[in-house]
Amino acid sequence: MSRIQSRFAELKAQNRAAFVSYIMGGDPDVETTLEVMRGLPGAGVYVIDLGMAVPDPMADGPASQHAGQRALAGGMTLRKTLDLAAEFRKNDDATPIVLMGYYNPIYSMGVPAFLEAAIAAGIDGLIVVDLPPEEDAELCIPAGEAGLNFIRLATPTTDDVRLPTVLQNTSGFVYYVSITGITGAAAANAEAVAPHVERIREASSLPVCVGFGVRSPETAAEIAKVADGVVVGSAIVNKLAEGASVADTLEFVRSLADGARRARL
Amino acid sequence: MLQDVNSFREGPDEQGRFGLFGGRFVAETLMPLILDLEQEYGRAKQDASFWAEMDDLWKHYVGRPSPLYFAERLTEHFGGAKIYLKRDELNHTGAHKINNVLGQILLARRMGKTRIIAETGAGQHGVATATVCARFGLECIVFMGATDVERQKPNVFRMNLLGAKVVPVTSGRATLKDAMNEALRDWVTNVENTFYCIGTVAGPHPYPAMVRDFQSIIGKETKEQMLEREGRLPDSLIACIGGGSNAMGLFHPFLDDRDVRIIGVEAGGHGVDDRMEHAASLTGGRPGVLHGNRTYLLQDDDGQILEGHSISAGLDYPGIGPEHSWLHDMGRVEYVSVTDVEALEAFQLSCRTEGIIPALEPSHALAHVAKIAPDLSPDHLMVMNMCGRGDKDIFTVAEALGAEMGEGLSS
Ligand SMILES: Cc1ncc(COP(=O)(O)O)c(C=O)c1O
Repeated sequence: MSRIQSRFAELKAQNRAAFVSYIMGGDPDVETTLEVMRGLPGAGVYVIDLGMAVPDPMADGPASQHAGQRALAGGMTLRKTLDLAAEFRKNDDATPIVLMGYYNPIYSMGVPAFLEAAIAAGIDGLIVVDLPPEEDAELCIPAGEAGLNFIRLATPTTDDVRLPTVLQNTSGFVYYVSITGITGAAAANAEAVAPHVERIREASSLPVCVGFGVRSPETAAEIAKVADGVVVGSAIVNKLAEGASVADTLEFVRSLADGARRARL
Repeated sequence: MLQDVNSFREGPDEQGRFGLFGGRFVAETLMPLILDLEQEYGRAKQDASFWAEMDDLWKHYVGRPSPLYFAERLTEHFGGAKIYLKRDELNHTGAHKINNVLGQILLARRMGKTRIIAETGAGQHGVATATVCARFGLECIVFMGATDVERQKPNVFRMNLLGAKVVPVTSGRATLKDAMNEALRDWVTNVENTFYCIGTVAGPHPYPAMVRDFQSIIGKETKEQMLEREGRLPDSLIACIGGGSNAMGLFHPFLDDRDVRIIGVEAGGHGVDDRMEHAASLTGGRPGVLHGNRTYLLQDDDGQILEGHSISAGLDYPGIGPEHSWLHDMGRVEYVSVTDVEALEAFQLSCRTEGIIPALEPSHALAHVAKIAPDLSPDHLMVMNMCGRGDKDIFTVAEALGAEMGEGLSS
């Protein structure tokens, strides 16, 4: 069983939703990211989404764009992002790490070289925003063969006809994008999301996590009631960008995680 | 070296690929939209009434066919090849961009879309989109890099007059690439009512093929006009390349006429070297994925996209349409580059020998004509795509030449 699978199995047994947090690797620098990452499990985070910086993230709002630009300005590269994950992995063998980003840096490194380096670094899954099922031969299928989960985004525009195509080569979990839009924009609405989560559950046995537009403990709690996991990104990235200390950032993460944790009590 | 295939005109395949290039590298939110578009375009393409409407608008609204003009004084000046200019700068709105915009807006209407978004560099595609939206009463939002808003002011005002909203984009170097990113973000957000009208042969499938088909009117007319004037096909074709739509429009109908030499001219900026201050993706880039397709891109060792540079806002793009990348690798089309300085010289030459103020984009093509025409024989028939007029560029040119508007030039 992969780290992602065992983590969701554990949570299911406890009737808990997974709290997933996204941070950009190298924003504002590698040391800070590592410190934050090391504190995340203690703050109630079950899965870490680690952002791979690019200057032009097509589906991301300003928070994530600026985070990527800050990281790149500090000399961040894909190789260094993998090194960062490897460093984290030295002290934590249980928390799944999912790399999230866009395809070009991976393509530039070369898919076989990337997969080998990712596995060596202790990466568990990949979310690559600009690789829809139509491009599965590029990375999704080789990643699966190498033993990495390829986590696909399903969106409000993924209708019933298309859903099986989206789910076909997905593994680990399904990431349901709660809004049509970019990260950090509109607020997620649990009532609107619930039927979509049900729709995905009917078509797949994978856990369904919901993200994009979750900013507050209240929303996190509402989403955690209807989904298997809730993802928070821009709100945490913004906290760091505002100059919050690592301790304050982790405190904020804890408040969100507590929201999700209490949801099903 | 020329690779052997039956035809160079059969791409893309069902996956939207031209060999390695092209494809559909977009977020899932957009995937259903581009599949819809592909289907609707497939239907429209087979529909005679769609083309009848296009032909009517091309003729009466745009002013097509554009003349194929024998440039007698340029020919004399170079003293070699016989130079023809395909006068797409005479189109309504002053560039080739409207050829494509009409097609996409008619499609948007068929699909019941009411809100049109576009990216623009030089502002010509933005102006064309704003124009056709005004003509059909559609809401129009144009994303434009803040740098370009500054250097193409007349076009920004034109778009405003036409009722479009121009959104300045400040990310990156605030040029065409950044405008396209922002347009894609808007599209991801407004999926229901919005049609994204892309201005060049780039983006996810079916855009590269669709924009090419609409721009191919340039090459089809050129073929007929040349046969009528000279009784034979031209010996060479030359066009400038930003994303590559005017070039593809001229080239595509001739790709299987293998005796026709075809040359695309990229923007060499300050020179194609390690400083990467240019926009010549084929000469100075390598394959990568951006804006929904795989193509040659300017990028660093880590696969991060570089900003590039050109004096011409319309050529200042770190990528190129995927079909050009394929034609490059197949050896069917030659790709060269021309610097800012060379383009400025050609700009002035066109003004003074032909009385045509060209856009800075086709000035790049003319600069390459200037390099090769003198050594060719007088019976060599050369066609250059004069794809836009230069009114929009007079401020940039004045600054580059160190001239004050309203004062004389020193030479
Ligand atoms: C006159 C003119 N020519 C060329 C271009 C470059 O685009 P493309 O390479 O798609 O023809 C532009 C773009 O704005 C333009 O305005």
